Amino acid sequence: MLERLNAPPARAESIAERYDWDGLVQEDRVHRLIYTDPAIFELEMTHIFGAVWVYLGHESQIPNNDDFITVRLGLRPIILLRDSNGKIRALFNRCTHRGTTLCRKDRGSARFFQCPYHGWSFLNTGKLRAVPWPDGYACDFKDAKYNVAQVPRVESYRGFIFATLNPAAPALLEYLGAIAKPIDEWLDRQPGGKIAVCEANRLRYKGNWKLAYDNSGDGYHVVFSHRSLLEMENRQADVANKGMSYYKGSPDNAPMYMAYMGHGHHFKDKRPAIEKRPGGLWAVEGPHPGMEHYAQSLRQRFGTKAEEILDLASSEPVNINVFPNFSLLGNHIQVFEPISVAETNVTWYGTAVVDEEGVLGGAVEEINALRMRTQEQFPNFGEVDDLANFEEIQRGLGCLEDEWVYMHRGLGIPGRVRTGEDGIITAPATDEAFMREYIKEWKRLMKASPNLAVQREP
Amino acid sequence: MQLKHDPSVSSYYVNDALYQELVDSFSDWQRDELAIEDASERDLFRRLIEREARLLDQLRFDEWLAMYAPEFIYWVPGTPEAGDPRREIAVSFDDRRRMEDRIYRLRTGYAWSQAPKSRTVRMISNVEVFAAGQSAIRMVRSNYLVGEFRVDGTRFLSGWCGHRFVRAGETWQIRVRQVNLIDCDQNLRNPSIII
Repeated sequence: MLERLNAPPARAESIAERYDWDGLVQEDRVHRLIYTDPAIFELEMTHIFGAVWVYLGHESQIPNNDDFITVRLGLRPIILLRDSNGKIRALFNRCTHRGTTLCRKDRGSARFFQCPYHGWSFLNTGKLRAVPWPDGYACDFKDAKYNVAQVPRVESYRGFIFATLNPAAPALLEYLGAIAKPIDEWLDRQPGGKIAVCEANRLRYKGNWKLAYDNSGDGYHVVFSHRSLLEMENRQADVANKGMSYYKGSPDNAPMYMAYMGHGHHFKDKRPAIEKRPGGLWAVEGPHPGMEHYAQSLRQRFGTKAEEILDLASSEPVNINVFPNFSLLGNHIQVFEPISVAETNVTWYGTAVVDEEGVLGGAVEEINALRMRTQEQFPNFGEVDDLANFEEIQRGLGCLEDEWVYMHRGLGIPGRVRTGEDGIITAPATDEAFMREYIKEWKRLMKASPNLAVQREP
Repeated sequence: MQLKHDPSVSSYYVNDALYQELVDSFSDWQRDELAIEDASERDLFRRLIEREARLLDQLRFDEWLAMYAPEFIYWVPGTPEAGDPRREIAVSFDDRRRMEDRIYRLRTGYAWSQAPKSRTVRMISNVEVFAAGQSAIRMVRSNYLVGEFRVDGTRFLSGWCGHRFVRAGETWQIRVRQVNLIDCDQNLRNPSIII
């Protein structure tokens, strides 16, 4: 049953009224406060990380009944689990008695959770299982209020699990809207349309979470922020076309593009920059451990079919960004996790090929051995430089009197930014149109008055 | 020994056999009955590891690389159990070419995560040497604490290393260095130095 909140959290009303949102988010620029103000961050934890669908995890992380992982929905500690009946739930990791977290492990398997503090225990459906020495209580423990609170809406899209505390949110598929198509294409290039999460490159920076989301579709920074990476991966190449070299020269005249797809989601499609043939992706993959050995071995065994197998170890040139915290890029699932107004986790979950139908003829182990190494490259040699730049933005924004941050690349140039009949907005790869559009959606959400709710088992 | 392929240019040695060697040689190796008691031998390896730490602190990467076998692995697992790198993402997993790439990148001047560079001081302790079946191989465990200053403060990275040394004539070379951060499965801020 849904439970109405007694006192809405986060002093939301007074915070929302304190700001002139149209003054903070203008057509061409945003005010530094949206990155630096702790009160705005507090409001985001309900109006964004609460009111919209937020990515929590992948089904392969909880493959069996009773499996769990611990994650966060905004700042709320969550146990994401598959209960004993197979239903996926997002339980608040909080004992109903005194508020203690019930589970302190990152992952595991459990039919029930016993609070370490006073021993109350709960089934993995969230229902209260037992209370020590119940004779000492006059209450009726069958009352639903003693069952663990849980996120009322949890839905998966092809393995990706999202949740929202907003009963009025649209269905997940409707929320994803047009971005579902690139997600489908990203999955459908994998055998069986499936992947499995296989650990992660886990990073953190001292900066606001939106700096990462701003960057997620930014084609303008690539040759500058990642100059060392581009030089590195092309230093021994016969043709300097490795990695993101397609951003060199005049990227705006290249066939790649960005598309804003509504609800804050955007898509950077760099596939047109790559030769469309089996082995086309592999041909521009930078050096990585085991590359020559496995390529030779696969080619000896599979002949020309080896090329498409090798493409599976190669980075898919897309950035599929689902507001506010989920991104598919290369072969990664990237998750943005706000910690505080000026601290953010960016986790690059690796994905492995799962070849249940055996279409790879036994090459799955080898292709994954390659794919692990290709996926480690960007977090090691690219992302660290972006994060250093995000930290330096946060530091620069300490200049209180210089108030504005610009996102107006491409704005006001006739014919450059196009809106299609389907409402999708497209622009050249280096335009900041997606930033302007998603921040408009952010502003709309910050102005809104969402009624969040939790649910408890009856 | 003449190698068929230059490991600075291509990567043929990172294959199933090498991965299996990593998994096997880094499982269940710190056993009391394998510990080397001879003080001079323990001192030999302690001095090698201390020299390595100094060269890294001083960013003398060429001399540091010369301590390694031509075909080596620098492995920073992403889980405390280390796992199987064929199936799991690591914090870092470098063969010689990727390590040389890493050093090349740091030297471009455009690696913003290391511009300005970190200043580091490595403390090595608790060095234990273990036999590993053959007299030409030694496994060494050491604990480390890396003090790192960069831009806005000093922090400490801590953990332990497993070195797999192989004899090369009169000297010993590092075949594998496994760097185990105690917080390897947590979100790390700017892990851009060679640990």
